[in-house]
Amino acid sequence: MEDKFLMKGNEALAEAAIQAGCRHFFGYPITPQTELAAYMAKKMPKVGGTYLQAESELAAANMVLGAAGAGVRAMTSSSSPGISLKSEAISYMAGSDIPALIVNVQRGGPGLGGIQPSQSDYWQATRATGHGDFQILVFAPASVQEMVDLVGLAFDKGDEYRMPAMILADGMLGQMMEPVKFPEKSEQHLPDKPWACCGHQNKRKHNVLNSLFLSPSELENLIIERYKRYDIIKEKEQRWDEYMLDDADIVLVAYGASARVSHTAVDMAREQGIKAGLLRPITLWPYPNKAFEKLKDTAKAFISVEMSMGQMVDDVRLAVECRKPVYFTGRTGGKIPNPNEVLKKITEVEGTL
Amino acid sequence: MSRNFDILFAGFGGQGVLFSGKIAAYAGLYDDKNITWLPSYGPEMRGGTANCSVCISDEPIGSPCVVSPTAFVALNLPSFQKFKDSVKTGGTMIADSSLIPEKCDRTDINIFYVPAAKLAAENGLDGLSNIILLGKLFKETGFCTRESLDKALIHCVPKSKQHLLEPNKRALQLGMDC
Repeated sequence: MEDKFLMKGNEALAEAAIQAGCRHFFGYPITPQTELAAYMAKKMPKVGGTYLQAESELAAANMVLGAAGAGVRAMTSSSSPGISLKSEAISYMAGSDIPALIVNVQRGGPGLGGIQPSQSDYWQATRATGHGDFQILVFAPASVQEMVDLVGLAFDKGDEYRMPAMILADGMLGQMMEPVKFPEKSEQHLPDKPWACCGHQNKRKHNVLNSLFLSPSELENLIIERYKRYDIIKEKEQRWDEYMLDDADIVLVAYGASARVSHTAVDMAREQGIKAGLLRPITLWPYPNKAFEKLKDTAKAFISVEMSMGQMVDDVRLAVECRKPVYFTGRTGGKIPNPNEVLKKITEVEGTL
Repeated sequence: MSRNFDILFAGFGGQGVLFSGKIAAYAGLYDDKNITWLPSYGPEMRGGTANCSVCISDEPIGSPCVVSPTAFVALNLPSFQKFKDSVKTGGTMIADSSLIPEKCDRTDINIFYVPAAKLAAENGLDGLSNIILLGKLFKETGFCTRESLDKALIHCVPKSKQHLLEPNKRALQLGMDC
């Protein structure tokens, strides 16, 4: 491949997954994610991998559960309505401590919604990607290059903590092309998975992966242990990016496509002499609360910018601990906010300071 | 050229709106600029109106959605009507006058009418009016270097369709000569 080339976000996600050692993809087509599956269909057979288009999203997600349970790097991808269908299997994976990658290239909801970009699955991704007490790792890229970088990380962290990881993208990032560079190919050492159900030739006790525990105390203990792991993750894995925050009075908080729009809005506000900045969460779970530690004292107000009716704004309020006013602005239903609309909100908030 | 150059290509699906945008994006890439290319997607790709935003910048690019283009290439009447007022003051509009019978009365932008579809048909370049318009865009704005534009065209014509490279090159030159 040439040193520099343009790639669609969806294709970059697929190539990055292959380069991260994923050889098992199970999917079902849905706009605006389909290029990812199409790329996998073309490429997987050439690298000795498996591409399988299942009969439904449910089947695809359960195939991931099975493959990942056997210890391989496996993934699936979809867009919002499809993720709802996959959520049962994601809960089972979390309940059986099975790592796998799930990509959600979000579109407008609820229901079948629309096919244009959206971020209205934030709550689903960070609160309830299925039933039960559990979390999954959630990474939110804001550029095609970051899609590449985060896929490898999501696989690695999923393996490290034995849990499902999600790339939460959106239709804009999936469809757009930007320059990408892939990391130098080095010999890959995927982690050992002594827990995997992959055949043992009678050399060890057989492994069991299961999410059914009829004894409440056994289940409770298991969940408490799992939450101790979540605490370590919250301590060690928060990631975020900062833009113009050092002297910022007004802090925009945005991830993914909204962060791109907010970046432009910050530049426009600065041109008008308004001290605005952008805090961009890269991990949505764990939420980067640490990023707010200083800001909740130094900044004067926060604005959560989202392509939804306001979901992440709850996490911003929690992180700010009610010390400063937290506002929301955004569009939903497939609309991408325009930098001018965000600027309008910034000047409105500036007027209240 | 200015530091940020935002181009909007708009027309019917099938006119090569996304393809000409892709060539422009690669030309910027070969000039070592930051690039974004954002298509409209969905039903409009198949016969409805399609458009494509290309940002070329020395700085990292925030929003890839071009709202106020520095340059607008209009390939059909609905797109012309929809976007002509959004062009930035001092910006450039290139319109295919063989498909767009109207004129724009703005005086704060540079407007060029090119009968691209007609020229394509007359020169045996059917379906390449998009490339003719791209050539005109290059001539009037110099949004990239000539070397990068040529390289981008070669890159974007697929290996399986190499017989189309020569007509594409001719179409590009035809646009530059308009």
